Amino acid sequence: MIQPASPDLITVNVDGKEIAVPKGTNMIEAARRVGVDVPHYCYHSKLSIVGNCRMCLVEMGMPAVDPASKAPVIDPATGKQRVNWSPRPTIACATNASPGLHICTTSPMVKECREGVMEFLLINHPLDCPICDQAGECKLQEQSTGYGRGYSRFIEQKNVKPKRTLLGPRVMLDDERCILCSRCIRFSKEVAKDDVLGFVDRGSYSTLTCYPGKKLENNYSLNTVDICPVGALTSTDFRFKMRVWFLKQTNSIDTETSVGVNTVVWSREGVVYRITPRENGSVNDTWMPDSGRTLYKQIREGGRLEAARVSGSVADLESAVKAAAALISGAKVAVVGSGRSSVEEQFLTRKLAARAGAEAYLVSRVGQGDNLLVSTDKNPNVRGALVTGLISELPKPSLGALGERIDSGSVTTVVSVGEDLLAAGLSASQLAKVSIVYLGTHDNATSGLAKVVIPTLTVFEKHGTFVNQQFRIQRFAKAVPGPSGSSDDLVVLSKLLSAAGGEALGADVGSLWPSIASEVPALSTMAYSNIPDTGLLLDSSPWSTLAFAEEATLHFKPAAAAPKEAPRG
Amino acid sequence: MAVIQVQRKPLSLAERTYIPQVIGGLLTTIKYFFRPSETLQYPEQRPAIPPGYRGVPTLVMDPHGREKCVSCQLCEFVCPPKAIRITPGSVAQGAGVDHVEKAPQAFDIDMLRCIYCGLCEEVCPEEAIVLQNQFSMSGYGRSEMVNHKDRLYELGGTLPDKHFKWDKKKAAETGAGGHH
Repeated sequence: MIQPASPDLITVNVDGKEIAVPKGTNMIEAARRVGVDVPHYCYHSKLSIVGNCRMCLVEMGMPAVDPASKAPVIDPATGKQRVNWSPRPTIACATNASPGLHICTTSPMVKECREGVMEFLLINHPLDCPICDQAGECKLQEQSTGYGRGYSRFIEQKNVKPKRTLLGPRVMLDDERCILCSRCIRFSKEVAKDDVLGFVDRGSYSTLTCYPGKKLENNYSLNTVDICPVGALTSTDFRFKMRVWFLKQTNSIDTETSVGVNTVVWSREGVVYRITPRENGSVNDTWMPDSGRTLYKQIREGGRLEAARVSGSVADLESAVKAAAALISGAKVAVVGSGRSSVEEQFLTRKLAARAGAEAYLVSRVGQGDNLLVSTDKNPNVRGALVTGLISELPKPSLGALGERIDSGSVTTVVSVGEDLLAAGLSASQLAKVSIVYLGTHDNATSGLAKVVIPTLTVFEKHGTFVNQQFRIQRFAKAVPGPSGSSDDLVVLSKLLSAAGGEALGADVGSLWPSIASEVPALSTMAYSNIPDTGLLLDSSPWSTLAFAEEATLHFKPAAAAPKEAPRG
Repeated sequence: MAVIQVQRKPLSLAERTYIPQVIGGLLTTIKYFFRPSETLQYPEQRPAIPPGYRGVPTLVMDPHGREKCVSCQLCEFVCPPKAIRITPGSVAQGAGVDHVEKAPQAFDIDMLRCIYCGLCEEVCPEEAIVLQNQFSMSGYGRSEMVNHKDRLYELGGTLPDKHFKWDKKKAAETGAGGHH
């Protein structure tokens, strides 16, 4: 699978345009490189090839050679080597490019092939686009517009198949809409390694079903919904919630684990409706775990902090910051940072800790991984804390050391950046001994005990970067505005820092990054706006001696402390 | 430019008395006393609404009392002043019309925004939203000017259906053993 650094290039001709492609590229990918769209349903770049939809039929030709002497046959009219066109069309997904291959996607035969395939697919497809959730992102819709005949000759009754079949807790199947492309079957078998789906019966009776007694309930089941080219598989969570053309797409990062799955957050008018994966061949291919898709629910969950509180009474941000600064200055402070904060927030947390002369702690969240896209470290940004210098070694399993210091009286104020200190291992009696400044999104035991509470934003409501397990720095963007009464973490931290007598630093990523670049060696050559959508690998050698918790996942090997660029495909 | 002075014709004696002109005017007025009245006694009398009139947008039921709207939100999308707001929902299983699967949970049309353009009616794939004869909307506050789903069905009533598309679908499902 691993391609050599300089793959053998071969030249193919797509609709008259010459292009060099690596050996082994199939015709769809070769055509894509010259900007020619070959319509397809069953082909998926990350799955095995079955070639059962027949939509990608194209004409193929090879340069003519004399059978006996193997000498090129020159066409006297043009003076070039003649091309022997195959008399019948060939499927572009399962045909690999060979030297001198000619592909034609515009001939009358190709057009007729596409029209014919579209007509067959539409025979039994219910035309219920108004009630179909896939409408707007449906390949069948797009390609019947682009390559179909435009009218129907079918006057007989359409097929009747089961509708509203629950394949699992999160996936619902409408068999009438299924075009039998088998992408979901291949995904379950090859990527999720949970082979529960299959076709039963023959001909027009063919239906997609689960193996008897089994359910499509693995943590990757919703990827089948993403790759379904039609509306056959729908997410029970997103079903009938909103039409996709209303939704704004924002690039984000899954904060569930340190894999840093690239995601798209779909929102409308400040409400997030769903999260889907975004292709990143070095991190998550085109997949994401189901568990990361429901994280948006925390935005509207009950218990969201709505106003700053000082000693239990509502205050405005300025007086809350002033009260917090009063607790910090002159006291014996400890800062509990978070592996869920962005790099920028961790940088400001470090600055605040340095200003207060405090030791910084991080809460460890090591749990179960699945060796695919859920890693064992449930903190998305522990490496960000290392890179920014907030911590110099990996977080301990509990905050016991901080607890001891509280007990011994060497800490009188604890600043918690979004971490529930009770859940992190401190006892209520220990917390009663200190003044707590809590910056966070939701009410919890710590916010109840805190002297100063300042509401901040969830990952969907702010900009920032995370450093994932590969030491890849990746950006996430603001999808929806935060609720009234809460402020951006960066604003709060920079206000707190200057109120505590520290330097005045930028309160948004754009103005903060120059300071980060000048002070953080690993990020010295970077600017926020220059980080590509697929992230940038940082030099991880300064931390190569640390024993990270992660096990191998997709595109990640823990043994290599400096993860090399993972292969594509 | 030369200026041509035009001399006004002197008035005759009859003209100078004004009497023929006054009588002529009175005759015209008197003529209208005996003509049929053109004035419509609104609101007791209502004008005849021509076919194709674009009145208040309403939601309609089919003759079997099924709500036709499937909340596809195309009207919400096409509405130029963004007067329509739909919350989609699914039809509960066992409701008798569950083969339709989808129906609006909430459907609001803000009549302070509506411009009566009729694009919603034109775009509706289910012929569920119709601009009918109702032309006057009034209320004591802004909230009263927003037609909710109940009000929209009350205004819309039932219209004849040419296709019974969903009934055909149900017949195909229940008949012929459920296949073909």
